[in-house]
Order: sequence, then structure tokens, then C-alpha cells
Amino acid sequence: MKLTLHVWRQKNAQDTGGMVRYDVPNVNEHMSFLEMLDVLNESLIEKGQDPIAFDHDCREGICGMCGMMINGKAHGGFPGTTVCQVHMRHFKDGDVIYLEPWRAKAFPVIKDLAVNRASFDRIIAAGGFISVPTGSAPDGNAIPIRKQDADLAMDAAACIGCGACVAACPNAAAALFVGAKISHLGHLPQGKVERDRRALAMVQQMNIEGFANCTNIGECEAACPKDIKLEVIARTNRDYIKAAFTERPDSTSAGAG
Amino acid sequence: MELISNAPTGPIEQSWDKHKFDLKLINPANKRKYNIIVVGSGLAGGAAAASLGELGYNVQCFCYQDSPRRAHSIAAQGGINAAKNYHNDGDSIYRLFYDTVKGGDFRSREANVYRLAQVSVNIIDQCVAQGVPFAREYGGLLDNRSFGGAQVSRTFYARGQTGQQLLLGAYQALERQIGLGAVKMHPRMDMLDLIVVDGQARGIVTRSLYDGKIEVHMADAVILATGGYANVFYLSTNAKGCNATAIWRAYKRGALFANPCFTQIHPTCIPVAGEYQSKLTLMSESLRNDGRIWVPKQPGDKRAPGSIPESERDYYLERRYPSFGNLVPRDIASRAAKAECDAGRGVGETGLGVYLDLADSIQRLGKRTIAERYGNLIEMYERITGEDPYKVPMRIYPASHYVMGGLWVDYNLMSTIPGLFVLGEANFSDHGANRLGASALMQGLADGYFIIPYAIGDYLATAKPAQVAVDAPAAKEAVANATAITKKLLNANGNRTVDSFHRELGKIVWDNCGMARNEAGLKKALAQIPALREDFWKNVRVLGANEEFNQSLERAGRVADFFELAELMCLDALDRRESCGGHFREEYQTPEGEALRDDANYSYVAAWEYQGQDRAPALTKEPLTFNYVKPSQRSYK
Ligand SMILES: Cc1cc2nc3c(=O)[nH]c(=O)nc-3n(C[C@H](O)[C@H](O)[C@H](O)COP(=O)(O)OP(=O)(O)OC[C@H]3O[C@@H](n4cnc5c(N)ncnc54)[C@H](O)[C@@H]3O)c2cc1C
Ligand code: FES
Repeated sequence: MKLTLHVWRQKNAQDTGGMVRYDVPNVNEHMSFLEMLDVLNESLIEKGQDPIAFDHDCREGICGMCGMMINGKAHGGFPGTTVCQVHMRHFKDGDVIYLEPWRAKAFPVIKDLAVNRASFDRIIAAGGFISVPTGSAPDGNAIPIRKQDADLAMDAAACIGCGACVAACPNAAAALFVGAKISHLGHLPQGKVERDRRALAMVQQMNIEGFANCTNIGECEAACPKDIKLEVIARTNRDYIKAAFTERPDSTSAGAG
Repeated sequence: MELISNAPTGPIEQSWDKHKFDLKLINPANKRKYNIIVVGSGLAGGAAAASLGELGYNVQCFCYQDSPRRAHSIAAQGGINAAKNYHNDGDSIYRLFYDTVKGGDFRSREANVYRLAQVSVNIIDQCVAQGVPFAREYGGLLDNRSFGGAQVSRTFYARGQTGQQLLLGAYQALERQIGLGAVKMHPRMDMLDLIVVDGQARGIVTRSLYDGKIEVHMADAVILATGGYANVFYLSTNAKGCNATAIWRAYKRGALFANPCFTQIHPTCIPVAGEYQSKLTLMSESLRNDGRIWVPKQPGDKRAPGSIPESERDYYLERRYPSFGNLVPRDIASRAAKAECDAGRGVGETGLGVYLDLADSIQRLGKRTIAERYGNLIEMYERITGEDPYKVPMRIYPASHYVMGGLWVDYNLMSTIPGLFVLGEANFSDHGANRLGASALMQGLADGYFIIPYAIGDYLATAKPAQVAVDAPAAKEAVANATAITKKLLNANGNRTVDSFHRELGKIVWDNCGMARNEAGLKKALAQIPALREDFWKNVRVLGANEEFNQSLERAGRVADFFELAELMCLDALDRRESCGGHFREEYQTPEGEALRDDANYSYVAAWEYQGQDRAPALTKEPLTFNYVKPSQRSYK
């Protein structure tokens, strides 16, 4: 099949950037979306033109490195699918496709479709962990965990930190990302101990990074390639409100513990 | 050069405890005076950086991805082994040790493997405490599954995302140390060279992937945990960025490279679909717990799988290996699949595939149970192939997946360069000539959490590295070297893309140093690779400049190193005139087609020393002795 691509090209963070049109002949339906871009890039290099920069690594939908807006939808809007897992059989001859980077204040563009998501790491550094020094753990079976709780923790822990939730959100909020971690750890007995301070520290860091507030629109859930549910946001709110009343101020500092 | 393994002697059960006690310590107040560089943030590097930060060292950690959470360990699906014997099915530390030595076809160091089995139990405890949501039974206790090469259930898992969950555990511990200021993280940084001062590893040269800035980082010790080099085959199950650059450039600075030809071909991957294919996708080996592998009995049978009656199917693994059946080790399962396809019984459009059929298990256990165990793998398969494994059997074929070879290390995980430690898949490791499933995650975490924290203290206390300046001559020379390589790549200004060279190199290595090897093929490859490499340096086209985000340039440097490594792999494979584990020399096989080891002549680790460009590397042998598990022909019949 033949496709027409309009791709956001931006040399670096300072450049203003703009859309550039590319015709891609000979697209095979068995190719992955990124392989289609590889083929386009190869042909650009052969013509002496700068290839399109985009992030990717595992190409298996698990590392969270890839991500772009395809026709205005994060990862292309295919249910439970990262862009590296999208295959060309979902497109047809003559399709026109628009590709843009994640757009959010907290994710500055590096080049073309690649953005900087270091803000996510800083949110985890603020409190997205259980404080357990190496070597100090009791036996793994010492505390039985209800299968249901382990399963719920795992559902939330499936987050790959790709940033699609932020890109899809009209406010560019990071509530789903933060909620996923709070839910993951909060469902486990080991994580309950630091629950209050975790909620305070992560929410505080989220605000510092320039993510806006969640207004319950729900686009994030629809865009999440790992099907993280909106209920994780409700959990953050519960933990945060409770903590705001009960937690003593000195323990809210980022990374305490 | 003489290789001193520093492996303790005496009763193996006590050797690690005794060794730990003998290692020197650094007092808490002095730890912060020491700077340690950790390159890599996967299970091995992430665990090491977090643990060392926690102990009080000043740690700097590097990775090429935009976040430490994205290291390739994240992609591991199936599980992690540990000798917990929670299921009372006869497992023990000794049995895990035994299985690993045997599975590795008697080409690993016994003392290391025993230690690995010992600390495996602490790993599970540590991970549970960090919040890794392992699968649980209804009673709330940890669940297990079985993996290839074992007759007990000792594999812990978190759905089909075990690597992800373990890595997030390590990542969170690491981020906690970053938040506390104990670790400084440098994402999107490529290590391009190692700085050796007075014979000790004292720093690294990096290139920022944001803007090409070349920097020097000095330290008292350097840890490489940069993963494996399976991408030398171009097509592999590894992430696209996985590379050998860090270990290769350390090799060129004097670290010996051990058993480069020991690579693992994984039996259950989605077959290649076309020329443009950029990577291969693994379907976890855990599927072999519930999936039955078969091909049509009749060569060239093109009927749809559903129309082939039971009596005309050959469940060849169950037939050839009745006691292990579909759960034989990977090297054996891979070669068996190749043999079926070579005989014309392969399935799918290309004929390079065999069926992995879940139908019997679905009937026995119900679709729900199967979905619970493998749901995400099944979805992934469907997304890629467009076929539904609940209805039609999956098609699978072996693919390059893991490397047992890597930089040589002693019992303290130190390379032949004092102060240079190598952890995880990057070292030549504990897996001998073949790694058992679910043992790489175990090794990475064992190295990072439980071994390096002890070993590094002893080194620092003994070697007492002196002060060195960032502008030491060795540092300047390393910067000049890294800059020169980059310049040369940019200036070649030829007419072929980096990927096209990588693809061609990969094919040479796959055809001649892949699942089966022979003298003629290896000699051919040893002629083809240098010729193609020369062409690469003349004709590669890398656009743009160094001072920008330049993904072609990143790849070009990696491919340049793969060219050199590929040659060493073939040389090592040629030199090892026996078959063992993943190294199958067609000339050396039993009448039934199994690997034929030659213990009298090849019971050693082959460690190669760089002698300069265009000079043959020198081989040093570390003899292997087996006091506990007596070498025998592996039998899984
Ligand atoms: C698809 C797949 C599934 C697997 N499933 C399993 C399983 O179920 N069980 C099991 O036990 N094993 C499994 N394995 C193997 C296992 O995942 C790996 O061997 C292991 O995770 C390697 O960990 P590591 O820490 O050594 O390296 P990695 O996780 O690969 O980390 C390497 C790190 O080094 C960094 N790095 C690399 N090069 C450079 C450089 N030049 N400069 C700076 N930084 C660099 C990277 O950024 C990264 O942070 C699987 C492997 C694959 C490919
Ligand atoms: S490249 Fe890893 S999730 Fe897409």
C-alpha cells in the first residue's frame, strides 16, 4: 500500500518545528508501524535527508520508550497497544497519517518525535518506592497476600511509564501515572506503611514538574496501552486527602526515607 | 596471562560465607569518600547502584535509555528461579546448583554456580519486600511454575511480566537513592571508552545522546552491567539498543573476553515475516509448560493445522525426550526445531516454523486458566501475527536471544583489569555453554544485590586507589579515541545505511555461527566479516553532526563494535573443536545428533586478550574442575 505521512519535524528544543509531508510507497501489511518508519528513514538517508528521530527500544510494548500521536491519538488509539506493537494491517492504501510528539509542558521535545520524560523519574524518586535496604527482608512467604490484592497490585504495576496518559489528557495531567504507582504499592501490605507520605510526596513533585490537575475527563484511561484503570486516581485522592490531615509535615519532604 | 579465579576451595556449601568473612570491609564513614561508576541500570546495574548508594558510596549510574526503568531486563517475561522449595517437590540449593551446572553442559565454574543457587532465596525475599507483585495462590503464598531443564517447580513469576516487575523493584530502590542524593543518574549517555590509569580502571568516557557532548567521569572503581550482545545477529529478541560497546571497548583496554561463541538461541520466538523485519519477539518458554510442540509427519504437508489429524502429527520433543518432553533445555529444543524444518516438515509460509499448541491445555484447564497464565503473551502474538492462539496453534521458530559469553571475571566479579567489575549478562557468567530459563534474572540480581556490595569493599580496601585528575593523560587519550571514532563515522560519507550493513553482518553470523557451526562455515565467515567491515568504514553513510541528537550515529558506533566482536565469536567457535550447550559444531555430535563434548581437551573457559588492531587475539585458558557434579553426557531422555 501507499501512504502519505505528515510528520512533526523539530531540530531541537529551541527550534519551532513544523509538519513535513512524506510519501511512503511499498508499505507491507505485515510491517510494524515502526518498521514502516524505519523503511522511510532508510530512504531518507539514501537521499541525504535527515531521518526522523523517534524513541523506541524493546519494540515489544514493555519498555515504554516509544510513543507518538498518530492522527491525534496517543500510540494510535488501538486498545491496549503501544505504537511499537501497531501493525500496518490496520491501515489501508491511500491513508493519510499525521505524526506528532507527546505534547506537554513537562515533556519538552528533544527532536522530532522524541521527548524528555525525566519528570516521571523525579516523581518516583520523590516517593514511589518501599524503603527496604538490600539484605534486610524477611522470608517471601512470611506475610501471605490475598491473591486478589496481588492481582490488583499487578494490574496497576503494569504501567510502563510511556507518558501516553499525559499526552492524551487535555490538561496534561499525570494523575494516571502517579495513581498507578500509588495503587500498586498501596495494595500490598509491604507498601501500606509508607502510604501517606508516598501520596503527599508524589503529588507534590507532580505539581512541581508542571503537570496540571486532573479534572476527571478520562482520556488517559482510554489511551493507556496497559489498561490502567481510572480507579487508581480515586485511590491517590483518598490517600492524599487522608495524608494531608494525618501526616506530620516533616515527613512530606521529597525522598524522605 | 594467567587467570586466577580466586574461587574458594574447601566445602562448597561454606565457601561463600567463608569468603565473605575474609573480604575486607570499609567503615561507614569512609564509604562516602569513594566514587563508583555503574554503567547500566538493568537488573544487575540497577540493583548494584541502589545497594551501593544505600551503603554510603558515591555512585554515578549511566544508561542509554531516557530512564533507568527501560533497561532491557524489563522485557523478560517468564520468571526467576529460586531454590525455595516452597512446594516440597524436592528442590534444594544443591539441586538448583546441579541443574545449572548440568544445563550449562559443564562449562561453568562450580563455586560461582553454587553461590548463585545460595543467594537465589534472598532475591525472592528482597523483591517481595520491595513490592514486586509475584503471582500468588489462593492461600496467599507465592506461586511457582516450571521451566526448561528442571523437574521441579522453582520459577517465580509476575504474570508474563516478571522482568518488568523485578526491574521496577530495582528501579524504585535506585530512584529512592537518587532522591536521597546518594546516586547521580545519567540517562541517555553512551559509554564510549574505559579509562585505565596505572593498570586500574579509573573512569569512563561518555557521549551524551542529547547533544553529543563528550565527558570524562573518574572514579575509584568501574562496574559494567551493560547487558548482552545478541544483537550481533541483527535480528534477535533483544531491544534495539542492546549493544556490546561498553564491554568491547573495555576488552580493547585489556579486559579478557570469555567464551564469546557461547550464545543462546531461544526455541520459542515468532518466526521472521519479511526483509524489513527489525527485531524478533520472544514467546516465553513458560508456554512450554502448557503448550505441545509438533510438526506434520509428512514433509511439505501444507494443510491447515486443524485439518491435520492426531495420527499425522509428530510431537517430536515428547517422542525424542520422553522424560523432559517439551521442557528440554533451550539449546536442545532449538536444534530439534531446526532439524524438523531442515527435513522439510516446517510450517508457515516460509517453512521456518513449528507449532506450539495450547489446545490440549485449554481443554484440560479451561481458557480462563490459560488466559491467566499467558494472557499478555497470547495477545502479543495475536497483535503481531493476526492469528488467535486460542483457536489456531502458534507458529514459533528459534531466534538469537541471550549470550553466555562476556567479559571474564573472577569469583569477585572483577575482570582482568583491577577495579573493573562486570555484572549480569555482560560477564561470562555462571551459565557455562547454555543458560537455563529464568536464571538470567536470578544472576543479574544476585550480582547486583548480594555479591558486588561485598566484593567492591574488599577491592577498595586492598587496592586503595590513589587520587587521579580528570585531565590525566589516560583520560585525554581515551577522549581522543572516542572522538576519533565518531569523526571517522561521520566523515565516511558513503552510500549505505548503518542498518543495511548490520543486517548483512547479522546474516553472516547467523548462517555460520548460529544454531549450528562447522569449520568451513566459520572460516568463510572469518573471511567475509573483515571484508564487510572494511567496506563499512568506507561506505557507511551517517548524516548530521556529533553535536546533536543523532540516532544514526549512535547505531553506527555500536555496529562498528559488532563487526569486531563477530570476528572474535567465529574465531572462538572455530577454536572450540567440540560441541557443548549452545555451541553445536556439526563435526562433533553423537549418532543421535546430540552435542558431543570433549572434556579431555576443552574443559576450560576460553579467554581472549586483545593484541591490537589487525593482530590475532591471544587465547588464555582457565581450566575447569568439577568436584561435585561429575561431567556426563547430558541426558533429558
Ligand atoms: C525477550 C526476553 C525475555 C527474557 N526472559 C527472561 C526470563 O523470563 N527469565 C530470565 O531469567 N531471563 C530472561 N531473559 C534474559 C534477561 O532478561 C537478561 O539476561 C537480563 O535481564 C540482563 O540484565 P542486565 O542487567 O545484565 O542487562 P540489561 O537489562 O540489558 O541492562 C543493560 C543496561 O546497560 C545500559 N547500557 C548498555 N550499553 C551501554 C552503553 N554503551 N553505555 C551506557 N549504558 C549502556 C542500558 O541502558 C541498560 O541500562 C530474557 C531476555 C529477553 C531478550
Ligand atoms: S519500544 Fe518498548 S514499549 Fe514500544
